[in-house]
Amino acid sequence: MSKKILMKGNEAIAEAAIKAGCRLFFGYPITPQTEVAETFAKRMPKVDGLCVQAESEIAAINMVLGAASTGKRVMTSSSSPGISLKSEGISYIVGSDLPCVIVNVQRGGPGLGGIQPSQADYYQATRALGHGDQHILVLAPASIQEIADLTMEAFDLSDIYRMPAMILADGALGQMMEPVDFEARTPREIPEKTWAACGHDGKRKHNIVNSLYIEPDELERTVIERFEKYKKIEKTEVKYEEYLTDDADIVVVAFGITARIAKSAVNAARKKGIKAGLFRPITLWPFPSERLNQLADSTKKFLAVELSMGQMVEDVKLATQFKKPVEFFGRTGGMMPSVNEVLENIEKYAE
Amino acid sequence: MYNILLAGFGGQGILFAGKQIAYAGMKSDKEVSWLPSYGPEMRGGTANCSVIVSDEPIGSPLVTDPDILIALNLPSFEKFENKIKAGGILISDSSLISKKTDRTDIQAYYIPATELANQNEISGMANVIMLGKLIQVTGIYDYNYFEEVMTGSIPPSKERLIALNKKALSIGYNYR
Repeated sequence: MSKKILMKGNEAIAEAAIKAGCRLFFGYPITPQTEVAETFAKRMPKVDGLCVQAESEIAAINMVLGAASTGKRVMTSSSSPGISLKSEGISYIVGSDLPCVIVNVQRGGPGLGGIQPSQADYYQATRALGHGDQHILVLAPASIQEIADLTMEAFDLSDIYRMPAMILADGALGQMMEPVDFEARTPREIPEKTWAACGHDGKRKHNIVNSLYIEPDELERTVIERFEKYKKIEKTEVKYEEYLTDDADIVVVAFGITARIAKSAVNAARKKGIKAGLFRPITLWPFPSERLNQLADSTKKFLAVELSMGQMVEDVKLATQFKKPVEFFGRTGGMMPSVNEVLENIEKYAE
Repeated sequence: MYNILLAGFGGQGILFAGKQIAYAGMKSDKEVSWLPSYGPEMRGGTANCSVIVSDEPIGSPLVTDPDILIALNLPSFEKFENKIKAGGILISDSSLISKKTDRTDIQAYYIPATELANQNEISGMANVIMLGKLIQVTGIYDYNYFEEVMTGSIPPSKERLIALNKKALSIGYNYR
């Protein structure tokens, strides 16, 4: 019998974080991610950890800022409207070069929107999660196993590069159950946190964590340094999955839960004799632009499928530099496309 | 590969029943997924869940055209009856759903699960009775295996619950 555990995506996020050594969680409840906090509330006391239900999302992210400055692994989690509230704090964390993991189990928007699955926070996650010149790492899992693996990976990446990492999931992944094995991944080597402001009994010069640089030349220098780091990440940390792309005439590009639906549609298209393939970005920032650009030389067309009115599709166009047509199909507001709907679009554009 | 849709009112144990099917699949090294509805319909309205048990990695976890529909109320019956794939199976709780299907391209089974549960003093366990019927008509799992897996996660301190679950499963499995 298998040793895997049947678990909800939201529960797996919390378990994986604990497995990765996270002992500090600050959050505020919101559907459809509440089981993240619920699991932490149950589990943290048993591992000498701390789970705080803050008075608001804004309070929670600022608790993360404080905790992260001590070098401890820390997480916060929310869903779309709650993430918007956190954006100021996230920018402060970026400006202070602090690691942390932020989870967004997306729901339909804008506004309070709905509570059903969505991917309409793609722009927010990859372009403007906070103000100022900045990026954060954005990882998009497509299964509960990958939720576990990427949550652990997010902690490692954020420590290695001293920047926030986001798990960008959605209501379906948060709520669904699949078998998961928490021992499947090998942890990465983490550099010593010599920058942490964690007390030193006067034994060394004190560390300062700060995002305020009043002199413009000094601020410019810190931003440029940070962008040097981003360049390196764009070269080394890109992740994606390819499925039947080698001989594909039409490559469907989709991430997260949508990629699962797209994969079923690609299989159905192949049965009908259409040479379809799937390209699934796993890191949304850094976006796998280079590989998509190569694929544009071998395929005839791209079809981006998203739970939005079309956001990632722009990155596909930028990546492929208009070498081949890039079409789009999406559902929004919490609606999920059926496999048949995606198949119909593959058929329509494959002609 | 089994694409199963379970549907009924919130509180009938739809999600629990679905989880048992997925759990038994996982324990026999199948690929499985369980996707619940989690919207406002859970609060007093209809609840449903998609369960897939497969030998291959699972693509879309959302079951829109089920091979098997387990219906525990009339709105679910009416909503999903016509979505069942040709050659598929319908299992309907006839104590709550008086309607019969007009379809001739599916196998339909009617079992008064809620009444059977009440008569046998296990009210609230119509969901497990339906699972027994599922195993009888599909052979998705060996009966003894499923009984062992389903009751195996119940702690010994709740032994009474083990007996009740076994009873419910057997009532469904033996109903003709």
